Amino acid sequence: MKRYLAVMSIALLAACSSTPTSEQEGAAVEDRSGATASAPAQKPQTQTTGPSTKPLADKSLSGNPLKDPANILSKRSVYFELDSNVVRDEFKPLVSAHARYLQQNRTQKVTIQGNTDERGSREYNIALGQRRADAVKQMMTLLGAQSEQIETVSFGEEKPKATGSDEQSWSENRRADIVYPND
Amino acid sequence: MSQKKANMPFSMVSTISLLRILLLGLLLAAGAARAALTIEITGAGASQIPVAIVPFRAEEGLAQRLTPVVEADLARSGLFRTVDPGGMNPVPHEPEQVNYAQWRARGADAVVIGSVAKAADGRYDIRFRVMDVAKQTQIAGFVYFASENQLRLTAHRIADVIYEKLTGEPGVFATRITYVVKRGTRYELHVADADGFGAQSVLSSNEPIISPAWSPDGTRLAYVSFEQKKPVVYVQSLLSGSRQAVAAFRGSNSAPAWSPDGRRLAVTLTRDGNSQIYLINADGTGVPQRLTQSSAIDTEANFSPDGQSILFTSDRGGGPQIYRMPVSGGPAQRVTFDGSYNVSPRHSPDGKSFTFIQRNGGRFSVAVQDFASRQVQVLTDGGVDESPSFAPNSRMILYASRVGGRGILAAVSSDGRVKQRFSADASDVREPAWSPVVNK
Repeated sequence: MKRYLAVMSIALLAACSSTPTSEQEGAAVEDRSGATASAPAQKPQTQTTGPSTKPLADKSLSGNPLKDPANILSKRSVYFELDSNVVRDEFKPLVSAHARYLQQNRTQKVTIQGNTDERGSREYNIALGQRRADAVKQMMTLLGAQSEQIETVSFGEEKPKATGSDEQSWSENRRADIVYPND
Repeated sequence: MSQKKANMPFSMVSTISLLRILLLGLLLAAGAARAALTIEITGAGASQIPVAIVPFRAEEGLAQRLTPVVEADLARSGLFRTVDPGGMNPVPHEPEQVNYAQWRARGADAVVIGSVAKAADGRYDIRFRVMDVAKQTQIAGFVYFASENQLRLTAHRIADVIYEKLTGEPGVFATRITYVVKRGTRYELHVADADGFGAQSVLSSNEPIISPAWSPDGTRLAYVSFEQKKPVVYVQSLLSGSRQAVAAFRGSNSAPAWSPDGRRLAVTLTRDGNSQIYLINADGTGVPQRLTQSSAIDTEANFSPDGQSILFTSDRGGGPQIYRMPVSGGPAQRVTFDGSYNVSPRHSPDGKSFTFIQRNGGRFSVAVQDFASRQVQVLTDGGVDESPSFAPNSRMILYASRVGGRGILAAVSSDGRVKQRFSADASDVREPAWSPVVNK
């Protein structure tokens, strides 16, 4: 019970401290989506007066392969042709590297975000972006990743990487991104 | 604003529904005031009804004069031509003061007269009458009691009465529109009067907002927000401002459409794989019921006014086309055949036709198709037109377009003759939807 209360108060603290930077600002809007329940777990901050200790900083000797620029796992984007959800040959090494990584790290979760260029219906583009994300997921599961590790979502045309209205921008936006939780 | 039966010549409208408008108005007024949209009109109806609107007695003392708003509403519809009311002696405010011979000489078919007085409770007592010049009789007469912040709404309701009496169709001047404004990296969902005035922000976010849809009673908006780093469908009350995620399943959740009874939503989900249409409860309870069963994309559902069927976009035949199926299940039938890209269907409220976006040679235009004749009429020159929705009287279609790299709103009459362009200062405006009529 005590522990439960402690967790509650931390969650409350987290909820309070997060309000100034809140992304959503509705007019008298109440968020019932359960956001407070998923407040990030924080260790209680104990006030110490004596000497303090610090864990050894993790120098990237072993490194995080997902963040190592020399590692193919640091590459996350798969680009598509117009009206296509076929993963091109040049992106297959990238996709299979992530599939292997997921196979070796069974508790690792990943999100694949599909995107389209700006032309056409916004809602239909959500569905087209979803299909691109699903194509990448399908290839990963064939190469050993578990379906449960991967959530596919779509931004459609809503979050363009390139904002121009030309072929170069459009091809930049026909894309699926592989996103890890701590990215 | 309330409306009361006064003398015999005045009729009465339900006070309950008016109370609802009042509530909505008050709550919306609570938000921060934003820049107004201004409307520019091109084109005109096949025939325009000549009408004279005489400035009401004592309206010059009001914070908001009524007759200029009434006149602007009627002019914007493209169906009226205003006849100069000046120089009459006496200026008519009562039926016995109307000199029919003179109005006939000026070419007016109808004359609108009225007066404003301070009521005992401090509100304004606003009376107006529509006089038929040919028949020399009164064809409508109402009295409204309005406080100062209800004067514009009262003027819109007067314009609605005139519109209905003279065209035979209901007016939609006292309705609202919603749309998304993008300012830099910020997205806001706005609600404004149908003439672009009184815009209020009801939601503000750092992530995109798309596909707002009005509940049939006009008190709630469903929309898609990306604030959870994926598309999630929310329903927000305009009365309380509270909101709720009603579809936040694994994968993407989008394209909300209300059932006519306001109890259910059709949404596109990917929880079982490909994008398919499901029915969910509008309060977010229960388990989604899958409506379409295809291995293709099925999305952009829209209920028929009788609630029996939906139109939706599907690429089951290759490219995206519009299909229709019963809500009770069963086979879907393709309804669009011209061109390789037909999307975003919306029924007309009278159920006789639907509007959609058609791509022709890389350009996207607003089109309308008649259910009975299957005749398609392309209504706009095209470019990047998108997201069409009907006015509640089926007469106008509101849609989004782009001019000079900025999103704007525009409207076209369902016969293609009247065109309006709404412009907001220096912001990107998109995803419009016209509210239902909430006073009936």
